[in-house]
Amino acid sequence: MAPSRNRRPGFSRRAQYSQFLAYVLAVAGALIGAVLLALSTLDPPAFAALRSTVAVVTTPVSSGISAIGRGIAAIPASISDHFAVRQENAALRKELAANQAMLMRARTLSYDNRRLQALLRIRERTATPVIAARLVSSSASSTRRFAVLNAGSWYGVKPGQPVRGPDGLIGRVLETGPNTARVLLLSDPESIVPVRRTRDGLPALAAGRGDGLLDIRSASLANVGFEPGDVFVTSGIGGIYAPNIPVARVLKRARDTALARTFAQPDTLDFALVQQVFMPDVATAAAPAP
Amino acid sequence: MREPTRGPFDAAPPRVAVRLLPAVSVVLASLVTTWPFIASFPFLPPLGLMMLLAWRLSRADIFAIWAPLPLGFFDDLVSGQPLGNAMLLWTLCFFMIDLIDQRLVFRDFWQDWLIATGSIGFCLIAGRLIAAPLGAHVDTVLLLQIVISAMLFPLVARLCAWLDRKRQGS
Repeated sequence: MAPSRNRRPGFSRRAQYSQFLAYVLAVAGALIGAVLLALSTLDPPAFAALRSTVAVVTTPVSSGISAIGRGIAAIPASISDHFAVRQENAALRKELAANQAMLMRARTLSYDNRRLQALLRIRERTATPVIAARLVSSSASSTRRFAVLNAGSWYGVKPGQPVRGPDGLIGRVLETGPNTARVLLLSDPESIVPVRRTRDGLPALAAGRGDGLLDIRSASLANVGFEPGDVFVTSGIGGIYAPNIPVARVLKRARDTALARTFAQPDTLDFALVQQVFMPDVATAAAPAP
Repeated sequence: MREPTRGPFDAAPPRVAVRLLPAVSVVLASLVTTWPFIASFPFLPPLGLMMLLAWRLSRADIFAIWAPLPLGFFDDLVSGQPLGNAMLLWTLCFFMIDLIDQRLVFRDFWQDWLIATGSIGFCLIAGRLIAAPLGAHVDTVLLLQIVISAMLFPLVARLCAWLDRKRQGS
C-alpha cells in the first residue's frame, strides 16, 4: 500500500496552522470527554436529558421495526389458528358445561373469602399499574444492561417505578423522556432487589451479574443452603417493588451465594407492565399482625 | 480568507452528501443498538467504532483528528455507556493510529486488522472497567465480544471500501 498520508502540510502557513489547531482541538476534546466521563460516573443520571432527546427519535423507529417483526412472527400462528378454531370450538363447548358446576362452587368460595377477609380487616395494597408498554431495544454492545421502554412521562412513567412482565420482575425505570424510558434490567451488575424464598420466607438479595444471571445472597444468616429450584419472590422491603412478584429460580446447590436465573426473559414481543412505586404504609402494614 | 477560484480544468469540489457519507455511515453503525432486541449479555460488536476505524485505516485523509469527538458523543448517547466514554477512548485510538502512521508507513491489510483489533480491544476493556463494577461477571462475555468484533472487522472494512467506491463514483 502507498504511504497513507503526506503528513507535512507544505509551506502554506494556513495549512500548518489548521493542522496544529486540529490537534489542539482533539486534545482539548479528549480532556472534555474525560471530564464528562468523571461527571457521569459520579452522577449517573446527569445527562439523562441528552440521552432521552435522542431516544425520542430512535424509540418510535425501534417500536415500528419491532411491530413489523411481531406481524411477521404472527403469520404462521394465525394460519394454524384458523384451522384449529373449529375443533377448539367443540372442545370449548364441552369444557364450558363442565365448568359451570365449578363456577358455582367458586362463587360460593369467593363470597366466603370476602366475608372472612372483611372479618379480619386485611387491607391488601395492590400495586396499581401505570401503563402496559413494550421494551423495544437494549444496550447490546455495552456491559451494562439497559432496555428502552416505548412509554414515558407523557403516560405517567416516573424514575424508580418497577417494571414487570407476565412471568416476573424485569427491572425498574431509571430515566424517562416524553415517550421513552430507560429501564435497568435485573441482570445489570448494579441492580439489587430484596427478595425472599417462597418455601420459608428466607430474606435474600438478588444482585445482577452482568451475564444474564443473578446472584442470590443470603441477607440474614450465615451458612444458608440454597437448593436448585428454590423460588425467590420480591419481599416488598425497601418500598420500590410490590411483594410476591416472581424474581428468580436457583440453578445450582450452593451456600450463602447461589446462581439463579430470572423468570422474566425480557423480549420485544411481549408486554412489560410499569407499576406504581410500592410504599407500604407503616400503620396498615402493622395492623394485620395478630 | 478568500477561497481560490476554480479553474476551468480543476475537478469539481465534492458535494455535501458525498463529504458527509463517512460520518453518516459511522452514525448509522452506532444506531444498530436501537434494533429491537433485548440482549441479556453484551454480544453486539461496537459497530460505530469499527466503522470509524475502517474509514480511518483505509482512507486517512477523510476524518480530521478531532472527528471521534462528535461521533463518540453520539455513540455514548445510544450505547448505554456513560457519556464521555467513547469521546475519550475513540480519540485516544485516533492518536495511537496517528503515531503508528508515522512509524509504519507501508502497511498491508493484516497490519490494519491487527491495529483495529488492538483498538477495539482497548475500547471495550476500558469501557467495561469504566461502566461496570469490578465484581461483575462480564469478562468471559467481553472476551467473546472482542473476538467477534475482530472477526467481523474485515467485513466492515469491505463495506467501507464499497461505500468509498460509490462515493468517488458519484
